[in-house]
Amino acid sequence: MAADVQKSADVTPVTDRGAKGMSTFHMLIFAGLFVIGLIAPFYLYPVFLMKILCFALFACAFNLLLGFGGLLSFGHAAYFGAASYVAAHAAKVWGLTPELAILAGTGAALILGVVIGSLAIRRQGIYFAMVTLAFAQMVYFFSLQAPFTGGEDGIQAVPRGHLFGLINLRPDFTLYFVVLAITFGGILFIYRIIHSPFGQVLKAIRENEPRAISLGYRTNRYKLAVFVLSATFAGMAGATKALVFQLASLTDVHWSMSGEVVLMTLIGGMGTVFGPIVGATVIVTMQNYLATWGAWVTIVQGTIFVIAVLLFREGIIGVLSKWLKKPL
Amino acid sequence: MNRTGLVLAALAASMMSSAAYANDINIKIGVLNDRSGLYADLSGEGSVIAARMAVEDFGAAEKGINVEIVSADHQNRPDVASTVARQWYDEENVDVIVDVPTSSAALAVNELSAERGKVFLVSGAATSDLTGPACNATTIHWTYDTWALANGTGRAMVEQGGDTWFFLTADYAFGHALERDTSAVVEEAGGQVVGTVRHPFPGQDFSSFLLQAQASGASVIGLANAGGDTTNSIMQAAEFGITQAGQALAGLLVFITDVNALGLETAQGLVLTESFYWDLNDGTREWSQRFADELGTGNKPTMVQAGVYSSVLHYLKAVEAAGTKDAEEVVAMMKEMPTDDPLFGPGEVRADGRKIHDLYLFRVKTPDQSEGPWDYYETLSTIPAAQAFRPMDEGNCPLVQ
Amino acid sequence: MFELLGITPQALFGQLLLGLINGSFYAMLSLGLAIIFGLLNIINFTHGAQYMLGAFVTWALLHYFGLSYWWALPLAPLIVGASGIVIEKVFISRLYHLDHLYGLLLTFGLALIIQGVLRNNYGISGLPYSIPPELSGGQNLGFMFLPNYRAWIIVVSVIVCFGTWFVIEKTRLGAYLRAATENPTLTGAFGLNVPLMITLTYGFGVALAALAGVLAAPIYSLNPNMGAELIIVVFAVVVIGGMGSILGAIVTGFGLGLIEGLTRVFYPEGSAVVIFVIMAIVLLIKPAGLFGRTA
Repeated sequence: MAADVQKSADVTPVTDRGAKGMSTFHMLIFAGLFVIGLIAPFYLYPVFLMKILCFALFACAFNLLLGFGGLLSFGHAAYFGAASYVAAHAAKVWGLTPELAILAGTGAALILGVVIGSLAIRRQGIYFAMVTLAFAQMVYFFSLQAPFTGGEDGIQAVPRGHLFGLINLRPDFTLYFVVLAITFGGILFIYRIIHSPFGQVLKAIRENEPRAISLGYRTNRYKLAVFVLSATFAGMAGATKALVFQLASLTDVHWSMSGEVVLMTLIGGMGTVFGPIVGATVIVTMQNYLATWGAWVTIVQGTIFVIAVLLFREGIIGVLSKWLKKPL
Repeated sequence: MNRTGLVLAALAASMMSSAAYANDINIKIGVLNDRSGLYADLSGEGSVIAARMAVEDFGAAEKGINVEIVSADHQNRPDVASTVARQWYDEENVDVIVDVPTSSAALAVNELSAERGKVFLVSGAATSDLTGPACNATTIHWTYDTWALANGTGRAMVEQGGDTWFFLTADYAFGHALERDTSAVVEEAGGQVVGTVRHPFPGQDFSSFLLQAQASGASVIGLANAGGDTTNSIMQAAEFGITQAGQALAGLLVFITDVNALGLETAQGLVLTESFYWDLNDGTREWSQRFADELGTGNKPTMVQAGVYSSVLHYLKAVEAAGTKDAEEVVAMMKEMPTDDPLFGPGEVRADGRKIHDLYLFRVKTPDQSEGPWDYYETLSTIPAAQAFRPMDEGNCPLVQ
Repeated sequence: MFELLGITPQALFGQLLLGLINGSFYAMLSLGLAIIFGLLNIINFTHGAQYMLGAFVTWALLHYFGLSYWWALPLAPLIVGASGIVIEKVFISRLYHLDHLYGLLLTFGLALIIQGVLRNNYGISGLPYSIPPELSGGQNLGFMFLPNYRAWIIVVSVIVCFGTWFVIEKTRLGAYLRAATENPTLTGAFGLNVPLMITLTYGFGVALAALAGVLAAPIYSLNPNMGAELIIVVFAVVVIGGMGSILGAIVTGFGLGLIEGLTRVFYPEGSAVVIFVIMAIVLLIKPAGLFGRTA
């Protein structure tokens, strides 16, 4: 299915670099982004920046599944939100330190990814997507009913705690650098997954699954593996977000959140490395500044969807990549 | 973040000669509510207008108090409310947040306000937890709460003979709380709860649940839900002939804007409790006319918007009296000074942050009884302030224990 | 036995009848969606917004032109169907050569725009629209009081669903349609105007959604979001029924109404999620859906 996606997107395949690790060009870009990340909190509101970082990681995780795995999941909010709830609960009720709380949340997303993934993988294309949606709705229902999630109040007043028991994360500024480290780490890890033998096999499966099978690859295992990885990193983003906003709520597991991450990936550029980061930045910034306009946000988002699909299928980074004639 | 800036100081300064006081106090009021969703009509822009009117009526400019009002839309979500409040307090020096309908959002802002030491004047939200376990020294719950509504409507209906109740409850924390509070009142007044059904929130078709309510034979069907769920339930109850067949509907959280949306034909006979009605007396009428002229949509003010006016007015008086805008001092002064305004009459703010005033039991008029637009209510009784709200010692508020 | 379940037979029949009424909506909505997907391979996420538009046009016809419900019944589907044709010609037809995903994203974006514009202009509280006097009142069936309007809904749904199924499966026009979508080039070579048929089919599917909207206007809250939560349920129905199958959509639609009705009696809190549980189970056992053709 995503074979058509790739062809029609017409982007120079990123994974052509093979398993050689990070290209110099990409290394420079990552370094540049990191430097921007280090300077930004001195100029912009740190909480706003942390929101961008968390969603950038979420979008990269989703892109791993869609752009590189070729699998469209309609229910990715389930992992993001479930991890958010578990991390919030771990920090507030169990009193875990923030790094352990985030680990707990990520772990929950991993388990959920294994359970849902192993069932969803059995189907292809739109049916696969609908199975993921069905399970995401069940997760939403569970979040609504279960006492520990607090229903529509959510889990509030989540303590940020002390990192490793030492560093107080209550000041936004301190927390920002921790979040920067976590999200960058996650994004780089995802990059490494893409540029590895595993990533190569994924590409083969995405382009021609029957052929990959005939070559002896257990494609279902690879598909499950990328699903679980994607869910895990989405969870890491959600768990971190819970600590940033000190709140885990139903919004995190609602299907509109799943829709948002699709939008971020689409606008940024599916199947590109930096696309999701750009897409997340654009969408979060837009929501921030347009929020006064009330219903206009929906209209603008809808218009962006339409324009992106009709004219900019490659996304911002995809277009940039074509223009520069280099993979991004 | 998002704000509509409204600098009254500049306006006042340009309109009248400003006798500048040596030590001016600068105050920024944030009106945070639903501007585009389900509760936009009962709060929304109207609350901003109410706040503005309070600042003008108080005469802030001549007293050396410069007030700026900003507003934002929290979309009835706690995460958005929390984010806006956080940004307002941290980045934009907002001193006090007012309104905030939707209990989950109010609880989130309450938490943040307490942590940051800022004043929080709640008008829109209903949860009685704000003066219970979640109470603190800088929050005041102004207009109404779930306990007061349950007590007003529940007790009144039992006393009128509606002694068997069936609840149609929205299946979320707020709905459960409303059902719980009203059940307690009903049983205490000698009534009986014969059944309850929880519908998914939000719902659209209530026919199945209404049928169950009808089958129970209860004399009163209590609607423990809000907004669209309530209006839909009422509409469909009329469609299925439930009210015609003799069962009474008790709207446990109904606003005048809901009655307006339903129309008198459907809503007639509905019994409800509110703390303000535009047509109650000359004082309310005069203010409501001014409000309606400003709003310009033809809508009359709701009790939530009236509460914003009243709370901001009292807040400014307290700031003037205390000579400071420090949160704890101002709120302490608000509790010390009795309140009086043409909207709610005389009242006071209790130690647990609960504002006390009279409540009214209303019944929606029939189309024949109504003499004009927004002439919707007939007053069945007045519940005196002292009995209208939960006794302070029953709330589990840490401040008074 | 009924007493063990905690409900009397009369009450149960009443609930089942109500479930059937709701099922009519699901059936009509999923019928439109199934036609559009089954015949055109478009995942029409705008369907919920088009249902809502049907209700809005009904209200507008009364509010601005004084045209009653009976005018709205044919007019609203025509108007909204025409808007659907415009959408197909301007937007969707550019995406046929691409993956399903893009059609879905585009129609999702269009839905957001439509909902947002109407929300801006009409608010979210809902607009009043009363049941037409000819259909008000009801019948006391003994086990329940059935409003005439609800009976009307079932009648209209059954006629429309059966009629559509008959046309598509049993008539020549339907055969042409099915041929055109299975093999457009060959069918075009026979002289049939394939793009026109595709456009009209999409318009028809949209008109079905709008018709459901007209039926909904007097009894459900008429607001811009009325289709938003409904759309994913309808999708689930179509998927369970089998994405290419007209009969599957109809049967599943009515079936879901019944199951939802039963769930509302025995576990009401879960009535919103039961469809997804069923969908997950069906997809895992019978991947193409209950009546589906391809895996």
